[in-house]
Amino acid sequence: MIPFQYTRASDVADAIKQIAADPSAKFIAGGTNLLDLIKYDVATPTRLIDISRLPLRNVEETATGGVLIGALVPNTDLAYHPLIEARYPLLSRSILAGASQQLRNMASTGGNLVQRTRCFYFYDATTPCNKREPGSGCSAISGINRINAILGTSQSCIATHPSDMCVALAVLEAIVHVTGPAGARTIAFADFHRLPDNTPQLDTNLEPDEIITAIELPAKGFSTNYSYLKIRDRLSYAFALVSVAAALELDGDTIKEARVALGGVAHKPWRSSAAEVVLRGQRAEASTFANAADILLRRARGFGHNDFKIGLARRAIVRTLGQAARGTPQSISDKKIR
Amino acid sequence: MTHSGTTKPKGSIAAAPEKIPITLTVNGTEAKLSVAPWTTLLDALRDHLDLTGTKKGCDHGQCGACTVLVDGRRINSCLTLAVMKEGAEVTTVEGLAHNGELHPLQQAFIDHDAFQCGYCTSGQICSAAGLIAEGKAKSADEIRELMSGNICRCGAYPNIVAAIQQAMERS
Ligand SMILES: Cc1cc2nc3c(=O)[nH]c(=O)nc-3n(C[C@H](O)[C@H](O)[C@H](O)COP(=O)(O)OP(=O)(O)OC[C@H]3O[C@@H](n4cnc5c(N)ncnc54)[C@H](O)[C@@H]3O)c2cc1C
Ligand code: SF4
Ligand code: FES
Ligand code: FES
Repeated sequence: MIPFQYTRASDVADAIKQIAADPSAKFIAGGTNLLDLIKYDVATPTRLIDISRLPLRNVEETATGGVLIGALVPNTDLAYHPLIEARYPLLSRSILAGASQQLRNMASTGGNLVQRTRCFYFYDATTPCNKREPGSGCSAISGINRINAILGTSQSCIATHPSDMCVALAVLEAIVHVTGPAGARTIAFADFHRLPDNTPQLDTNLEPDEIITAIELPAKGFSTNYSYLKIRDRLSYAFALVSVAAALELDGDTIKEARVALGGVAHKPWRSSAAEVVLRGQRAEASTFANAADILLRRARGFGHNDFKIGLARRAIVRTLGQAARGTPQSISDKKIR
Repeated sequence: MTHSGTTKPKGSIAAAPEKIPITLTVNGTEAKLSVAPWTTLLDALRDHLDLTGTKKGCDHGQCGACTVLVDGRRINSCLTLAVMKEGAEVTTVEGLAHNGELHPLQQAFIDHDAFQCGYCTSGQICSAAGLIAEGKAKSADEIRELMSGNICRCGAYPNIVAAIQQAMERS
């Protein structure tokens, strides 16, 4: 760890002013990802700007029937918020599937989006890694890549985005509100995270001097037919090898609207409009779900240790869509997958 | 290209940043201390306040041994900077007993033999105190899930769940 200075931001404008003035500074919110990375010398900010006291902790309804979530709302508060539990249970379940209750008590909504990959080599500052040190090479492609990506990879990086919450936010088509020196703007969730291409050092399209102020959920919450299924090495307190968020709107047995996103398989939550198109208008049954899974995974490619993820993802997609269609979402505490 | 993972002194930070004075209320008593910005709450408790009941297992949020209650909520003190908690109320395992009487969770852990080496125990007990205050866990499955942030290397899990159930019934 290298020594760093500590300052507090007095309001959003002050936070932006401070970060714009110091390129080697970083915001700290819950600290659960940044302090971990600092201790491993993976992140080396010379100053931390504490934004945890900014008044961005509200969860409120919007004029258009959606919900606006302040960037500093702790993950636990969001998961158990009555509005979210009632109208966006997919989001609640995905949050509660991640980390531990202690970590969720600390982790913020904004920080969850900006958390970095858990790739073993990214975390080991003695090995080459293009994401940590651009141009140094990727140790994972020919290394221990069991947890790495199978979709949207590039020759420079095969890392995954580790968040569970973001997989649900992708399905719910959330909107990220950010503010920077040039003012406020919004980013569609699909455009927030990036694919690695040849710039794997960039995880998101957030500018270094921008702060996330809120996440907006559109009105549609899919509170009847949804499920979040997370497959991991332990039954709890472990990152996803593969996860699936599914949301359906049914008319009897027929699928009117379908959304599916995968976690643990790519540099960002993975969706495919072609897969969602083949679901619409079809009967909600296993063969339909298998077609969608084939399309979602059409370009999937393993790197040796993670080859198993392709078959695992296919089965998980079919299961999760089935759970959503039946209205029996995966339980968080009963680990049986039905 | 080098890939040095060790701390390399950089010119701009040769002079270590100054210590920052903070006030915490720890187990009901106000504590004033002066800490470097990078001092975690865990290190502040153990090294500055000599409250060594809170344990350091992994120092990376992966084991729960460092669990304490801050403003009534359980958190990992190893991933929190002490300066960020200025003004907060912290409860550690040392603050659970009252007037010489063990906290119901402490008594339940003894009654159920819910530990072997004891290293994870203070974290388990603080975490369970947070769990009971949250009121989200009722069944054994729910206790297991919401206690999953506390790893027990000795595998005392069945007895830990039984101890928590006992304390829950009596609270
Ligand atoms: C042991 C362990 C297990 C975990 N398991 C899971 C899991 O299973 N699933 C899962 O999804 N997550 C998991 N996590 C990750 C956890 O969810 C994230 O660390 C957390 O969400 C990050 O939020 P934070 O507020 O603590 O971020 P911080 O650590 O404070 O910040 C992270 C990054 O975000 C930036 N940032 C924070 N807030 C803002 C903002 N408002 N605007 C702009 N930038 C910002 C910071 O500058 C920093 O770069 C785990 C973490 C640990 C330590
Ligand atoms: S996969 Fe990405 S994060 Fe992992 S070693 Fe390769 S470049 Fe680094
Ligand atoms: S020491 Fe904090 S979680 Fe292990
Ligand atoms: S009693 Fe030994 S680690 Fe839990």
